[in-house]
Amino acid sequence: MDGTSEVGLRINGKPFSRVIDNRTTLLDLLREQAGVTGPKKGCDHGQCGACTVLLDGDRRVNACLLLAVSLDGADVTTVEGLADGDRLHPVQQAFVDHDGFQCGFCTPGQICSAVAAIAEARAGWPSVVTPPDTPPGPVEPTAAEIRERMSGNLCRCGAYVNIVAAVREVAR
Amino acid sequence: MAGTTRTPTNLTQGAKADAGIGASTLRPDGTLKVTGEFAYSSDMWHEDMLWGFTLRSPHAHARILSVDTSDALAQAGVYAVLTHDDLPTEHKKYGLEFTDTPVLADGVVRHHGEPVALVAADHPETARRAAAKIKVEYEELPVVHDEASALAEDAPLLHPGRDDHHAHEVPHPNIVHRQPIIRGDANAAARRADVIVTGEYEVGMQDQAFLGPESGLAVPGEDGGVDLYVATQWLHSDLRQIAPVLGLPEEKVRMTLSGVGGAFGGREDLSMQIHACLLALRTGKPVKIVYNRFESFFGHVHRHPAKLWYEHGATRDGKLTHMKCRIVLDGGAYASASPAVVGNASSLSVGPYVIEDVEIEAVALYTNNPPCGAMRGFGAVQACFAYEAQMDKVAAELGMDPVEFRQLNAMTQGTIMPTGQVVDSPAPVAELLRRVKALPLPPENQWESAGQTADVRALPGGLSNTTHGEGVVRGVGYAVGIKNVGFSEGFDDYSTARVRLEVVAGEPVATVHTAMAEVGQGGVTVHAQIARTELGVQQVTIHPADTQVGSAGSTSASRQTYMTGGAVKNTCEAVRDKALQLGRRRFGTFHPAWATAELLLEGGKVVTDGGEVLADLADVLGDDVVDLELEFRHRPTEAFDIVTGQGFGHVQYSFAAHRAVVEVDTELGLVKVVELACAQDVGKALNPLSVVGQIQGGTTQGLGLAVMEEIIVDPKSKVRNPSFTDYLIPTILDTPTIPVDVLELADDHAPYGLRGIGEAPTLSSTPAVVSAIRAATGLALKRVPVRPEHITGV
Repeated sequence: MDGTSEVGLRINGKPFSRVIDNRTTLLDLLREQAGVTGPKKGCDHGQCGACTVLLDGDRRVNACLLLAVSLDGADVTTVEGLADGDRLHPVQQAFVDHDGFQCGFCTPGQICSAVAAIAEARAGWPSVVTPPDTPPGPVEPTAAEIRERMSGNLCRCGAYVNIVAAVREVAR
Repeated sequence: MAGTTRTPTNLTQGAKADAGIGASTLRPDGTLKVTGEFAYSSDMWHEDMLWGFTLRSPHAHARILSVDTSDALAQAGVYAVLTHDDLPTEHKKYGLEFTDTPVLADGVVRHHGEPVALVAADHPETARRAAAKIKVEYEELPVVHDEASALAEDAPLLHPGRDDHHAHEVPHPNIVHRQPIIRGDANAAARRADVIVTGEYEVGMQDQAFLGPESGLAVPGEDGGVDLYVATQWLHSDLRQIAPVLGLPEEKVRMTLSGVGGAFGGREDLSMQIHACLLALRTGKPVKIVYNRFESFFGHVHRHPAKLWYEHGATRDGKLTHMKCRIVLDGGAYASASPAVVGNASSLSVGPYVIEDVEIEAVALYTNNPPCGAMRGFGAVQACFAYEAQMDKVAAELGMDPVEFRQLNAMTQGTIMPTGQVVDSPAPVAELLRRVKALPLPPENQWESAGQTADVRALPGGLSNTTHGEGVVRGVGYAVGIKNVGFSEGFDDYSTARVRLEVVAGEPVATVHTAMAEVGQGGVTVHAQIARTELGVQQVTIHPADTQVGSAGSTSASRQTYMTGGAVKNTCEAVRDKALQLGRRRFGTFHPAWATAELLLEGGKVVTDGGEVLADLADVLGDDVVDLELEFRHRPTEAFDIVTGQGFGHVQYSFAAHRAVVEVDTELGLVKVVELACAQDVGKALNPLSVVGQIQGGTTQGLGLAVMEEIIVDPKSKVRNPSFTDYLIPTILDTPTIPVDVLELADDHAPYGLRGIGEAPTLSSTPAVVSAIRAATGLALKRVPVRPEHITGV
């Protein structure tokens, strides 16, 4: 009981294991130990969403709010793991095409969040703004749905209008 | 530690595209930003690096009686602890305009969060804990927190013995700078007025809240110098302030811009730059400092909170007769950019209107509140909120339509500013208002027509399901503003660009090297477009920004496309002339047009103005390289007279108008901005996609100031809400659709006729939203941000 544990997970498909301080967040493990700096530390308190990554496929989480020791065996995908070689993920491409960012600091989180948001809507998961009488099946990706589902990701440059357009293009 | 060394993102792979100016070219750094490869200052990493931490004052004003660092130094993993006594030279202060800010507290702390000591350790947590072991004994002093306490007879002086260039002019040492502007005879003109309207307004302290906190990496060099990788707005201004404190010549402080996670003015002052360098030079190891969000709220200056008193008069037929105003800006503990903010607030206090008789006074105070300085809109934001509130009030008093009233008094090209400066380029103020008013309105009261299926999420309170339309009223409001572009008041404002033209793999390639800070505004995109247009090449390489090239000035004041864009254009033209000289030497005898025709570079070829191709640029260059570095200046300005405020103070003006549509739940005080439309004159849109992005971004920040954003400073001058839980910025849910109408009326003084665009949309957004809330509720609403209790009155 020295306050450390061995944790093994996959980061963007590659195994990574390390004895870590039990207090290490997933974000710090990614950024400081695994050298994966795509996820950003904008607040470290789950307020800004810049650290959003995908767990075990397409469950989006704030990496700053998770203790890495709780994720032994997990599969973590960051913004670095989305492209297929030189071919950008459609969400990445849409953010470029629609100028869905300016400084780009929130973008890794926005993009991971959008990838999962689109998957959730396609899988028929309602959001708080989905009308109650919506039939089962994929949820129509309206601007209101996108705004609601992306509302955990702050963008201080105010590129929101273009973010909605980018996500909508891919979600359709 | 795993991972590779992270260095500033290399943008040298070149952006290949056909597009020159006027095209919506995509960002050359876009792919890196969407793949996570773009290296921000907080991503820097170096083998064997240490982490720095800053111990800050818990008090707003206190004497430091003693500092004991022995426990901190004794902690394992700690390499250095530095206080004011450890500073290496007699230069122990820095500052943008006055050198008044201690690198580390000099026996007195003057604001909450002022840096007192530094720690370097092998782990950030170790550094933080060591800092907590530094024992500082304080004796609290009375705080100066507003105008009354600053100017009281027995007021403590923030900076006794001032020797700055405004010290001898100010009426009180706690006034940083005072700028009166007197033109005509306001009292005489007031006698012609049929109505006189007065108002008192207040603007809260807004934060830039850039998402990438202050951070950087200092690496000690073998020559005794230091390499600093940092997110900033102006490398050379940083350098000028850093080098003397370190006791190094400027050439031994090599700065490179790393990825900048937003700026908005908040990176114009130094934050961790000197601190990281001091620790690196002391320990002989690379030192990284990254502020957390809490610390970031203390790590940079904010927008000046302001109190503004206005009086306007008008005749029955709707003509403004005169204006008097007094603007008091709270500069906080150190000067930062306060003098220039005073210059802007005073000279732009009339707004984009024709008023010949004015009496204006603006001051910035020294207080123990957090230091305030540059933020997007810079003095013009505060004034615009007040004068636009006044315009609505005067129009209402006259029973006139508020837009028509503004149009009737709108300035035009040829209007004389209160400073005596003639506006000598298009000023389409009435036209912008007309355009924004002409846009279709969003559907009316959808909750009434929708009946049972009312779209609750579109209503104030939205997802909280606080209303189904009952108690909700709609309002529409308008505002227009004027912002100066570039550095004013006689400042020698210039930018430098180095452009290299050569043949690589058979193709002509241009390399553009400037020290311009790309902070997200898209400057690198525009530089490549300019080089393509001027040199007719496809391939343009953007060299990383550093101090190995001359200054590009600040990425602020809406100036970079004008200034560094202008520098790139200017240097490209000189490079083109050199290339054509080479061509004449090599091929001049083969075709008479080499000597007689106007020659251009287009599509990789030398062509005549008639379109005849004379040679391939690659053949013209051969093995020669054309490489030039030139400075570019805008036309000179002059200081405002310290008594009358007269002077040719500004380079260029920029105009935007907004129409806001809001719905307000009057019972709960909740506001939903339904739509926020903007029309702006941009002179020439070098990149229309980027232009619209800037306008929407500025508009969104103005919305934030209107209804949510404020740093709360308590009566003891302490900051109460340094987090994104308590300091709210607009989310994607708060941000409405933002239709943008871009007008392009060339300014003949500017490169390509362009107008600086970044700030104007931040001005009129705020008063438009508040005007709409007033229209909806009938309330006077004299302060921003408007909070629910201002609407409900409880």
